[in-house]
Amino acid sequence: MDGKKLAIIATKGSLDWAYPPFILASTAAALGYETEIFFTFYGLEVLKKKLNLQVTSLGNPAMPMPMPIPVIMQTLPGMQAMMSSMMKKTMKKKGVASVEELRDLCIEAEVRMVACQMTVDLFEFDTKDFIDEVEYGGAATFFEFAGQSDICLYI
Amino acid sequence: MANFDQELDASGLNCPLPILRAKKTLNGMESGQVLRIIATDPGSVKDFEAFANQTGNELLESAEEGGKYVFLIKKK
Repeated sequence: MDGKKLAIIATKGSLDWAYPPFILASTAAALGYETEIFFTFYGLEVLKKKLNLQVTSLGNPAMPMPMPIPVIMQTLPGMQAMMSSMMKKTMKKKGVASVEELRDLCIEAEVRMVACQMTVDLFEFDTKDFIDEVEYGGAATFFEFAGQSDICLYI
Repeated sequence: MANFDQELDASGLNCPLPILRAKKTLNGMESGQVLRIIATDPGSVKDFEAFANQTGNELLESAEEGGKYVFLIKKK
């Protein structure tokens, strides 16, 4: 398997969508893939030192709920925070790694993480808020690696 | 049960942690040594097979014992 390459574009910044890029990247690295994730737009959220990722049931009708809650109620203040905290508890109970843990495993396995410089400028992010392992680049940087990749995923 | 050199208890851990922990443990072992892994994740049965196929580490045994899954992997 050595020599294979996986390139991922991570575009989402919610708790649930933080998982696929880090799960796939860490596992690929364990299988011997050289792996790079390019984070763009909301994807940059998962690179922050202090994570406060949320999950929402709004616009997400398939999300399993412990009890049925009418959509109008789901819009109330505090509902998103409550659902996010419940999701985190369930994940912990089920032995699912935290996003921080998976991210650390990716770093340890030398997964290269590139943040989109344009997004940093657009949202006026402070790069001090991101983990130190992040590199910054643009579309051409992504293609330099992705062009030689065996698998390329857009998440 | 065959002999093994190291043991990893991945009970209670869910995908992909059993594989990642196993890989990390194997990294610290010598070629030819055998790692015994205990897991409770039912997905780990197929995953350790796939892990072995792709990494060249040999899956010597995959068994179920009292509701837990036990694997023996020989390092390449």
